[in-house]
Amino acid sequence: MEAEWRPTAEITTLHARARLIAKLRAFFAERGVLEVETPVLGHGGSSDVHLASLACQATTPEGRETLWLQTSPEFHMKRLLAAGSGPIFQLARSFRDGEVGRRHNIEFTMLEWYRPGMAFAALIGECDALIRHLLPQDPGPLRQRRYRELFGEHLGIDPFTEPLADLQCLAGTQGALDMADSPRDDCLDLLMSLVIEPTLGRDGVDVVVDYPASQAALARRRRDPQDGEWVAARFEIYLAGLELANGYDELTDADEQRARFGADNAQRRALGRPEVDIDERLLAALAAGMPPACGVALGLDRLLQLALGKQSVAEVMAFATPRC
Amino acid sequence: MANYSTSEFKGGLKVMLDGDPCSIVENEFVKPGKGQAFSRVKLRNLMTGRVWERTFKSGESLEGADVLELEMEYLYNDGEMWYFMKTDGSFEQYAVEKRALGDTEKWLKEQVAYTITLWDDKVINVNPPNFIELEVVETDPGLKGDTAQGGSKPATLSSGAVVRVPLFINQGEVLKIDTRSGEYVSRA
Repeated sequence: MEAEWRPTAEITTLHARARLIAKLRAFFAERGVLEVETPVLGHGGSSDVHLASLACQATTPEGRETLWLQTSPEFHMKRLLAAGSGPIFQLARSFRDGEVGRRHNIEFTMLEWYRPGMAFAALIGECDALIRHLLPQDPGPLRQRRYRELFGEHLGIDPFTEPLADLQCLAGTQGALDMADSPRDDCLDLLMSLVIEPTLGRDGVDVVVDYPASQAALARRRRDPQDGEWVAARFEIYLAGLELANGYDELTDADEQRARFGADNAQRRALGRPEVDIDERLLAALAAGMPPACGVALGLDRLLQLALGKQSVAEVMAFATPRC
Repeated sequence: MANYSTSEFKGGLKVMLDGDPCSIVENEFVKPGKGQAFSRVKLRNLMTGRVWERTFKSGESLEGADVLELEMEYLYNDGEMWYFMKTDGSFEQYAVEKRALGDTEKWLKEQVAYTITLWDDKVINVNPPNFIELEVVETDPGLKGDTAQGGSKPATLSSGAVVRVPLFINQGEVLKIDTRSGEYVSRA
């Protein structure tokens, strides 16, 4: 325990972190994006099947209540958008249970921003500009990569049409594990993480688009004009093999949102995972009318790790989870 | 033995995989975007020394392996088995097969303590200390005056190992050897 009290970041790194965050705030100030602060605790949690929320018991005027530590500031920020905030950004402490590793920490800083009325492609451009604004060196050109093409190029399959049994077999072989009972998206996720992701963002910034509609999360779904497949209006930005940002053309339809929450909880029940309280206030905000908006969440610690040439997110955090 | 889930996997943890005891070398948490999380794990098979790379779904678990590391003194061999004794005062002896001994056979010396790996109370691995002192039993005669750098020559040690030594070393001298590299360090 002797060295356990010490920070996981060097003090000089914390100075550099503070400087980069000041630069980041200047970037948004110049573009007229308002900085906001929303609660870390909320009455609703993320229903996302693959995110584990932390919850706590609080005493409020309502009595003893379960409050959820937010996995991202998304719900609160969308409520601000519905209330007419205009473009907003936040540096939000976010919490995801069980996620500890070189690229993960249970508690981390999410940079999230929303641009009402901005086109999807323009937000990708802004995200790329922000990344370049913070990196000391030129990361190379921005390249758009379609999800389908990446699977074709690296694995010789079409992720939309490959028969499930073949997909399970391929994923099992690549990861040396049994995927025979795994659903389609789990197989695709494994192949993405093990085979494709490590190759992305080398000599350039890669933005992956046209995800399968089943991986839309809180993004709109649309038909691909090229091949007619249902895809998610979602993008992910990769640099140096690291997934940095996840953006959506945001879903604003309250009924569709309620249906997706319900489907998530049904899947949670089927998997024996705890159900999450649906955020009724978010649904009410969407029903009241949230303006069309694109939004993106960026793992700030990962970007700082790359900007400062570190090997893990722990090295840019004062006290990473194992030492908190 | 207890079961360990992926979130408990860390370097040094001993688990069973495909019937063999393994030591976890590295565990990397991987998770794409909003997708299923996995653990990418490197494990050293303690029976073969080989490193395996496997992927586990988050939340999966492996049975712990009853693996112990302790110090034992080398006693003797009867040509078939090699005998070691616990250094905890119990005088308890263990017979070790040649397969478990591996490369350590050439660094054996009586009354020296070795690190023994036990699995279900069977010896599966024997590690020599990093440095060991052994006598030269055979080498070309030493060259007088040649104490600076220069060439080297092979010398056979009492344990059977052959190492490169400086030209000035003579038969009967005791040398300090680094068992990890198999290199001569100094006169003892």
